[in-house]
Amino acid sequence: MTSQPLPGGGAASPRWGLLHRRPRLRLGLLLGPPMLWLGVLYLGSLAALFITSLWTVDAFGGNIERVWNLDNYRDLFTIDVYRTITIRTLLIAVTVTVIDALLAFPIALYMAKVASPRLQRALVIAVLTPLWASYLVKAYAWRGMFASGGPLDDLGLSPGYGLTATVVTLSYLWLPYMILPMYAGLERLPDSLIEASADLGATTRTTMRRVVLPVLLPAAVAGSIFTFSLTLGDYIAVEIVGGANQMLGNVVYDSFLTGNNLPFAAAVATIPVVTMLVYLGAVRRTGALDSL
Amino acid sequence: MKQTTRLAAAVAAFALALTGCGTSSGDDEDDGGATGTEAQGGFTAPDVPMADQVGDYEDSLSVLAWPGYAEDGSTDKSVDWVTPFEEETGCQVDVKYFGTSDEAVNLMKSGQYDVVSASGDASLRLIAGGDVAPVNTDLIPNYADVWPFLKDRDWNSVGGQMYGVPHGYGANLLMYNTDVVTPAPTSWSAVFDDASSYSGKVTAYDSPIYIADAALYLMETQPDLGIENPYSLDEEQLAAAVDLLKKQRENVGEYWSDYLKEIQSFKTGDSVVGTTWQVIANLAKDEKAPVEAILPEEGATGWSDTWMVQASTESPNCAYGWMNHIISPEANAAVAEWFGEAPANEKACDLTSKGFCETYHAGDEAYAEQIQYWTTPIEECLDGRTDVSCTTYQDWTQAWTEIKG
Repeated sequence: MTSQPLPGGGAASPRWGLLHRRPRLRLGLLLGPPMLWLGVLYLGSLAALFITSLWTVDAFGGNIERVWNLDNYRDLFTIDVYRTITIRTLLIAVTVTVIDALLAFPIALYMAKVASPRLQRALVIAVLTPLWASYLVKAYAWRGMFASGGPLDDLGLSPGYGLTATVVTLSYLWLPYMILPMYAGLERLPDSLIEASADLGATTRTTMRRVVLPVLLPAAVAGSIFTFSLTLGDYIAVEIVGGANQMLGNVVYDSFLTGNNLPFAAAVATIPVVTMLVYLGAVRRTGALDSL
Repeated sequence: MKQTTRLAAAVAAFALALTGCGTSSGDDEDDGGATGTEAQGGFTAPDVPMADQVGDYEDSLSVLAWPGYAEDGSTDKSVDWVTPFEEETGCQVDVKYFGTSDEAVNLMKSGQYDVVSASGDASLRLIAGGDVAPVNTDLIPNYADVWPFLKDRDWNSVGGQMYGVPHGYGANLLMYNTDVVTPAPTSWSAVFDDASSYSGKVTAYDSPIYIADAALYLMETQPDLGIENPYSLDEEQLAAAVDLLKKQRENVGEYWSDYLKEIQSFKTGDSVVGTTWQVIANLAKDEKAPVEAILPEEGATGWSDTWMVQASTESPNCAYGWMNHIISPEANAAVAEWFGEAPANEKACDLTSKGFCETYHAGDEAYAEQIQYWTTPIEECLDGRTDVSCTTYQDWTQAWTEIKG
């Protein structure tokens, strides 16, 4: 069996040889598809989004009128309701991120530094399991939790449908995305460093501040990119448990689907994009991205 | 590093060029379709040819419908009026359901569907966009049996030319929880001026078209505004409706567009009063929710649906066959009973269960006239005023976002 030559093995070598002799071709083939993906599909669609936002629709909302103008952005800046919604969305995103960070830290620390290897594996699986369930199922489960006569109401704890319910639901949904980077970050921190810190007389607090926190921060920033951006774009959870409230995603959805106003939807959609660029820029300045 | 930047720039330039190409070619197409819509400020439908005869049936038909309008027995074995049509004509039917009028308009614009069951707030947009063709009602034998008061209306015809066949109609009712809301309401004031009694438990339909419900209420309560038709509001009238809805918003627990969500809220008591459809009230009662639905004294908004044909359809004969079939007494009766609305065909009432047509007031013209059917608001005032221009559906969409806040 082993003595048989591989079929076509001899014929293949000149081709591989070609790739070997032409490193540029090799690099092109290797990087071409992902660059095409990133460039054309990702950046291209962003560019298309921006271009669309400079057009308007006719009065029937049917057909896009391809006339360059800034009307959509003017509406966005001059009509109060959009500012209110933008601020509300940002506040929700910040709150969700902070809640997730506070919840995730002790869990990640326990998983990385205290739990036995066996328990550690079990916990990682436990954290990942909710990601396998459908988003909608989880959101509707929370709708049931917050309903009048639901479990939380029986305990006298239900805030009813509204912003609080939205923040709780979103924090629940995105928690794994915060725990995993924090866990990965803390796991890279050698135990010996913590022991050394204790040996040198540092209190637990000082150890936390001087040893754990510098490792944790980039991980938390990585997690916050997920929780923050996912919240910025979300519109389903608020639809299900948010009562009558709306977020930026709902405005995009309504402009597009209800008003058939793709250009205005595109203009609204640039808000989260710009916000994330600003956020990433700020994060980059802190250097947190380099140590990821 | 430098090279990557240059590459990224090249890619971005390429993307821009691509979209740029799309722009210029799209312009040409648009000019053809859009010029007809506003001739001398009046509403003229784009010139789309009409069928003058029905030939041999094609092989397939793609149907875009409200849920429950095109059942083929897969939901409930006894509910099936698609299979008989397929057997009779040989047209293989492919059904796609939509949830809101807006979604229907979007999907119809894709050109992939041959016929659509459009409500009045979608139909005019489809006509104006040149997405649907005028319908030659002479080719549809069952059209003769449709109640006369459903024909040649604002939402299904332009200048006396029908753009489809009427299918059925119903009113948006006021539903309330009989345990909580006492005494029983008789007026829409329950969700407007008196809404604060049930603060946080009021619900409303989540669509810009709901602004018409407020306008209808204002027609009664603030006659000075001079609203004649709730779908034809000038800026001042729209502002009054928006104010009323903003006040209502303070008491709204949540808006609904998904009927299952409304049933659930009424069941749990998270909503106790708000607008609804007959079919939702029936389903909620089936699930033992203590609810009742009434037609308030001010009258109501409602829907009157029309089957329309895609302008560029490749199965025009199957489409005409379908329109004739769906308003046949048998099919029309079956749909009306399944969905919970008044049928359009007079003869359908002989086939529905006892008392059905009475419950839905089918054929009762006086009742039907109390309903202000969904119509797309357009710049040209539908009530005939020429000294002002009215607010469009785009204005309503923006106003709706502002109301929700």
